[in-house]
Amino acid sequence: MRYEAPETIEKACQLLAAEAGHARVLAGGTDLLVQIKTDVLDPSVVIDIKKIAATRTITSDAAGFKIGAAVTGAELKEHDALKAAWPGLVEAANLIGSTQVQGRATLGGNLCNGSPAADSVPALIAAGAKAQIVGPEGRRELAVEDVMIGVRKLALTKGEIIVSFTVPARPKHGGDAYLRFIPRTEMDIAVVGCGVALELDASGTCTAARLSLGAVAERPLLVAEAGRALVGTKVDAAAIEAAAAAASAACRPIDDKRGTKVFRIQVAGVLARRTIQLALDRANGKTGATH
Amino acid sequence: MQDKVKSPMSSEFSVIGTRPVRPDGVDKVTGRARFGADLNMSGQLVGAVLRSPHVHARIVKIDTSAARALDGVKAVVTQKDFVSQSNATTNFGEGTLNLMHTVTNVLAGDKVLYHGHAVAAVAATSSAVAKQALKLIKVEYEVLPHVIDVDEAMAPGAPLLFPDMITEGVKPAPTTPSNIAKRIDIVLGDVEKGFNEADVIIERSFKTAPVHQGYIEPHACIATVSEDGQAELFVSTQGHWIVRMLCAKLLGWDINKIKVTAAEIGGGFGGKTVVYLEPLALLLSQKSRRPVKMVMSREDVIRATGPTSGSSMTIKMGATKDGRIVAGEALLKFQAGALPGSPVGPGCMCAFAPYDLANVKVIGYDVVSNRPKVAAYRAPGAPISEYAVESVVDELANKLGIDPIEFRLKNVAKQGTKAAYGPKFGPVGMAEALEAAKASAHWRTPLGKNQGRGIAAGFWFNIGGETTVSLVLNEDGTLGLTAGTPDIGGLRASLCMMASEELKVPLEKIRVQIGDTNQLGYNFLTGGSRSTFSSGMATVEAARDIKKEAVKRAAKLWELPEEAVEWDAASGAVRPAGPNAGKHKPMTLVDIAKIAGKTGGPIVGYSRLNAHGAAPSFACHIADVEIDPETGKASIVRYTAIQDAGRAIHPSYVEGQYQGGVAQGIGWALNEEYIYGTDGKLQNAGFLDYRIPVASDLPMLDTIIIEVPNPVHPYGVRGVGETCIVPPLAAISNAVSMATGVRFAELPMSPPRILAALDKARAEKTAKM
Repeated sequence: MRYEAPETIEKACQLLAAEAGHARVLAGGTDLLVQIKTDVLDPSVVIDIKKIAATRTITSDAAGFKIGAAVTGAELKEHDALKAAWPGLVEAANLIGSTQVQGRATLGGNLCNGSPAADSVPALIAAGAKAQIVGPEGRRELAVEDVMIGVRKLALTKGEIIVSFTVPARPKHGGDAYLRFIPRTEMDIAVVGCGVALELDASGTCTAARLSLGAVAERPLLVAEAGRALVGTKVDAAAIEAAAAAASAACRPIDDKRGTKVFRIQVAGVLARRTIQLALDRANGKTGATH
Repeated sequence: MQDKVKSPMSSEFSVIGTRPVRPDGVDKVTGRARFGADLNMSGQLVGAVLRSPHVHARIVKIDTSAARALDGVKAVVTQKDFVSQSNATTNFGEGTLNLMHTVTNVLAGDKVLYHGHAVAAVAATSSAVAKQALKLIKVEYEVLPHVIDVDEAMAPGAPLLFPDMITEGVKPAPTTPSNIAKRIDIVLGDVEKGFNEADVIIERSFKTAPVHQGYIEPHACIATVSEDGQAELFVSTQGHWIVRMLCAKLLGWDINKIKVTAAEIGGGFGGKTVVYLEPLALLLSQKSRRPVKMVMSREDVIRATGPTSGSSMTIKMGATKDGRIVAGEALLKFQAGALPGSPVGPGCMCAFAPYDLANVKVIGYDVVSNRPKVAAYRAPGAPISEYAVESVVDELANKLGIDPIEFRLKNVAKQGTKAAYGPKFGPVGMAEALEAAKASAHWRTPLGKNQGRGIAAGFWFNIGGETTVSLVLNEDGTLGLTAGTPDIGGLRASLCMMASEELKVPLEKIRVQIGDTNQLGYNFLTGGSRSTFSSGMATVEAARDIKKEAVKRAAKLWELPEEAVEWDAASGAVRPAGPNAGKHKPMTLVDIAKIAGKTGGPIVGYSRLNAHGAAPSFACHIADVEIDPETGKASIVRYTAIQDAGRAIHPSYVEGQYQGGVAQGIGWALNEEYIYGTDGKLQNAGFLDYRIPVASDLPMLDTIIIEVPNPVHPYGVRGVGETCIVPPLAAISNAVSMATGVRFAELPMSPPRILAALDKARAEKTAKM
């Protein structure tokens, strides 16, 4: 196994595209290194992207934020403006693993690991994040909900790397949240995860809403129906209930070691309700403890 | 923390009952302490194990030639390299021993019996080479049908693990083989007569999942064998003399060839009382003539080392209206794993032990199936059977409208109670624990919304056993204490305190170590909650030996007969016994040490004994849980463990044992389980999906130490390490049942299981309306 640590994204893409064997991109390594050590993966080359400046920085302008794909959860938490704008996203990234893991694990890695249960992904999807991709054919942008297409399957072509994510500026009356269900209190993986971002007008009517679910299908889902159930309402109990029902209806989970199908569908509705409420409180300027 | 035991309870003691810093503490918090994987030797090889990819299969052929030919491979072994053993079972410690089974679990013979069963081992110059060598070992398997569940394993027509297994303990002996290794029967009085007297009878079936001990430190050792066959083994174990014996028997070596040193241990809980890697490391080292180090991965630990049994049980109990239990009957079916030896025996014995019952009938089955072989786990068997019984006791109390503590007090085991399994109890603390529970602030605190409170009693025998301790009086009057039971839970501190109390020597003047197998006579392992009891008893004897010798030496110096000199306990010095003996200045051990040379040579206290009189410890736990009715998640919001310690030598370590047992019991009750696919393969061999509690899952676990001294121990010690894991399962189940209004009879009470039960109850309620 070779280790490469190029300093430009172009060089990284070249290495990735040129590799005849099995190439893997290394960001934080909290999934990749474990998979190599336990013989799940046996790559011929590992390409570390952390030396590429664009993957390691958070920038912002009037339009919003650009977050490097190799920025860690802990670094997101230390970015006050991002934390104020998208607390749900920052919290989601900091539910992953332990404090030590959060010091390594990255948004890009969490998405590209290809697990439907990745905590930060529903939060990114809810926030309307776009993946900025560089490859042999140049640059392109892809909505985060379109990046993962199945378990361990991505819509990236050979040689493509996600450099960063763009997230819009926080709307005036906007709020986001991410909640997950785990049997423990931490150090666990989502049995169901739910990200919500919504936007209100001055009168409190919902003008936009995005709800995303993790761990209930072969990939994280953007549940458009749930968003529609909220838009145009005051996000009252009936609207929340309708959105929760839409969330449950969108689930197509499996029975596995982490939960049954029935359990996941039911809890997706419960979490949708709770997450919408928290996002709403934030949109209304009320903050509350999440966990 | 209790003030009552924080300072000595009476002027009787000056050291016992206090909370000094443990002598091994600094090394442990600075990382200096050497655990199983921390020792390296120059020229060492890496040992690795090839494990079965099949759940049940015949081994047709093993071809190791390609692996042997690989550059860097120094040795390869299979079961053929071990001495062949007879299929004989003997009693051993808290369980049984069958060397044929032991070697078969170290390396498979003609069959693999579970996914992850060890098949061969290699020693190579690096882990990469070792890994490659494992891939080059060609094993030809003939896959066989498998069985995982205990009830399915007992059913007629189940795939048989051993075609010649005839159930022991059944007369006449069955003529056909089965997966039932053994049946156990315990009978006291006449249960039929008892049930006839009952006003209320409850019969319920229970299931529990197998759970792993969950020690944080994986099995690890390093072995080196010289050209003339002298072997050294450094290993994380609960009993290095046991490791020595097992390795000697499996390898056919003399015991004196093997010196075993116990590493610091990162948890054992019973799981480090057997051998897995140790005989392999020795054999690989002998063959390669290089030191061989072996360390298990977490996955190997969960796949191939001992959990305790899962079970299927039926309990029937009857009581009169006034709250007297008149009969108790139990059917206990325990999974042994792939080889016989589940703790169903102690499970049967403990089932009804907290109560004074006239009529008891218990039937137990030891059943093999294609799972890893079980190993001892903290009070082996007792948490399982007592969970089922305590759940029924709780239901009986509810049905009779009697407070659950009062109901238990009406039936409580006390001094003179004849236990169903045989003995009459001496002084025991069950009633005292229940009274303390009743008097606790916890018991009287109102519950919040969606909360429930459960209590449960618990019992464990505790054991003694063979023990050796030496105590050396150094030239300057300081002391060196050597014990042979590995220190898992603060043993060194406790032994030091007992020696200090006995000799009136300050703690810091006593250095305590765990000796290797060449430094002391035989020691049985740290298990059965025996080490503070047994090594403590031996320490006190060794200290008394020193006192006797001190008297002798002073008498010699003063030219007096020995009876004219005495040890003054108050001052910790020898002095003339009376005015007639003359006016000699009393001599402390510092003074005695100075004259040791000229009065007869070095002074060493020594004790070798078989510690009899281990007394049981009883407990009562109170658990408060809160249920999220929408997700089925149960959280422990308050917990109090009340237990009889006999006497708490170092109260902090007694409390630590209580809390540790409770934490493990909480995991067992709520989330821990082995999850198998229909392919018979374990799906959760790691701490992500095998969910032991993390710190934030637990509230402060409160403790109350009861002291009903054990009259046989010089300081009244009872073992405390195991009883504490017995009550949590039922206490939590009873609490969940109260919070939800649904009676639970299966562990773990994981969120999907609780939510499904809640939904079912809600649907039934709606249907009725």
